[in-house]
Amino acid sequence: MNMINQPQIKQAYTATDTKPVLSLKNVTLRYRTDASIVTAAYDVSFDVYRGDRFILLGASGCGKSSLLKAVGGFLAPVAGEIRLDGKIIDAPGPDRMMVFQEFDQLLPWKTILENVAYPMQKAKRWSAAEVRDRARVFTAKVGLEKFGDAYPHTLSGGMKQRVAIARAMAMEPKILLMDEPFAALDALTRRKMQDDLLELWSGTHSTILFVTHSIEEAVIVGSRILVLTPHPGQVRAEINSHQFAFSDMGSTEFGGLCGRIHHMLFTPCPRHPKGH
Amino acid sequence: MTVIEQTTGLPLALPPVRGEFELPSVIEPSADVERPLPLHERILQSTVFRRLVVVAVLAAVWEGYATWLDNPLMMPRLSDVVVALVSSLVSGGLFARILMTMKVLVIGYAVGIAAAAAITILASTTRFGSDVLSTLTSMFNPLPAVALLPLALLWFGLGMGSLVFVIVNSVLWAVALSTHTGFQSVSETLRMAGRCFGLKGLSLVAEILIPAALPSILAGLKIGWAFAWRTLIAAELVFGVSSGQGGLGWFIYENRNNLETANVFAGLLCVILIGLFVESVIFRTIERRTVRRWGMQKF
Repeated sequence: MNMINQPQIKQAYTATDTKPVLSLKNVTLRYRTDASIVTAAYDVSFDVYRGDRFILLGASGCGKSSLLKAVGGFLAPVAGEIRLDGKIIDAPGPDRMMVFQEFDQLLPWKTILENVAYPMQKAKRWSAAEVRDRARVFTAKVGLEKFGDAYPHTLSGGMKQRVAIARAMAMEPKILLMDEPFAALDALTRRKMQDDLLELWSGTHSTILFVTHSIEEAVIVGSRILVLTPHPGQVRAEINSHQFAFSDMGSTEFGGLCGRIHHMLFTPCPRHPKGH
Repeated sequence: MTVIEQTTGLPLALPPVRGEFELPSVIEPSADVERPLPLHERILQSTVFRRLVVVAVLAAVWEGYATWLDNPLMMPRLSDVVVALVSSLVSGGLFARILMTMKVLVIGYAVGIAAAAAITILASTTRFGSDVLSTLTSMFNPLPAVALLPLALLWFGLGMGSLVFVIVNSVLWAVALSTHTGFQSVSETLRMAGRCFGLKGLSLVAEILIPAALPSILAGLKIGWAFAWRTLIAAELVFGVSSGQGGLGWFIYENRNNLETANVFAGLLCVILIGLFVESVIFRTIERRTVRRWGMQKF
């Protein structure tokens, strides 16, 4: 039943690139509400390498979505720097495609194929004919070839997320940013989507930065997990999880890792003054 | 902690343990999983049919009342009005007057929409622009455009200029207000998705905000259209369009002076029919091809 090419997923981690694609150094993020200024993330550093499925994991309000938005270029850090392929990020751009949690990220006035093709047309990296072919190929990759001419409002939530993933992957971004893309789906659909995402990944080896608050999802989908403390988000741990796939779900190692992460998330981390 | 006690006399119940089963296959359902509604129900489903019934009933009441009253000066019969309408259209120059009115209307409407677009884009890109728009709309939107007619006559004189001025005033604020509201209600996700594709400034407005806010924009255009139409007819009742060539409103006013009541009704009927046509044919078609097809609007 498990269709993923498991050895490939597990091996991919050992075939590394020496320079990180994405690098965050001492990043602090603040955002403004009507009443106050909130620190969402404090002094966060991490590196993402090519082919990583890098997970940001933490409780609600640990700044993981803010970190993703900052990488997307929607939120400027107040301290530290974010570099993509060595260049500082200062605005949103098509080299970082984002998949959101909300289903309304598709353009309702375009059909599925048009939705997938649209950012490629804007990017002008491919000819019109190539764009059309690529849109068709990626729509088929997520299993929606029959719905190419349908409008988004006729699709279910899971199908809309598939379109959003196809649209983002077709752009071949340097990094794919996924903000809890499966959180609004029902449990069965969610499980299927995780499976499908891994299968897609094994064909493209895209670099993925994935935000979730589900430990299980983090361990299955991710190759490396960054665990964040809440309020504000600070790095608690970086953990490897490339050795686990769906078939390991009942195993003791899998359960042990989940338990370890669970412990990190649910016991307060002692804080010490800066410098020590 | 309170304990809920079992009502006395009833034994503690447990469901029986039943056998399990799993079917190797299920029966193929017979063909009529989906079948068409009977004819009369489908006819009743048709909006056009139901509206035609309303119109027919109104026409019958009019004809009946006018026949009973038998006073063509006060209330001509519908059949007389239709005859007057046809003969005015064929020989009485009514057609030329409609064209005249439509010309002024289209110019005023177009200028109003262009101005509304400019103000709204300014308002949705800068905070100051937004304040300017809200203040101006709350000042001018409640002001009946016809009330500006005396001023307009002073500035632009008798003629097309004054009419266009009052029409622009009636269209501009309604369209700007609803477009701005529409832009504000476009979801943050959709905006971020657009910026992710590399859109910004005017291209973001044109490619994301306008289509996403189209339901509100269309509503604004409809209200603007109705305001413009009303304002123009009202203004024309005061004077013609230019150099003696009156429009539809002037046609109504002239015929009232001549006590040609059937012609007055014919003029009014024209106003209604044109309004109905624009609403139910032009705007409906635009809606059907856009917001309904995209699932943004249901009915």
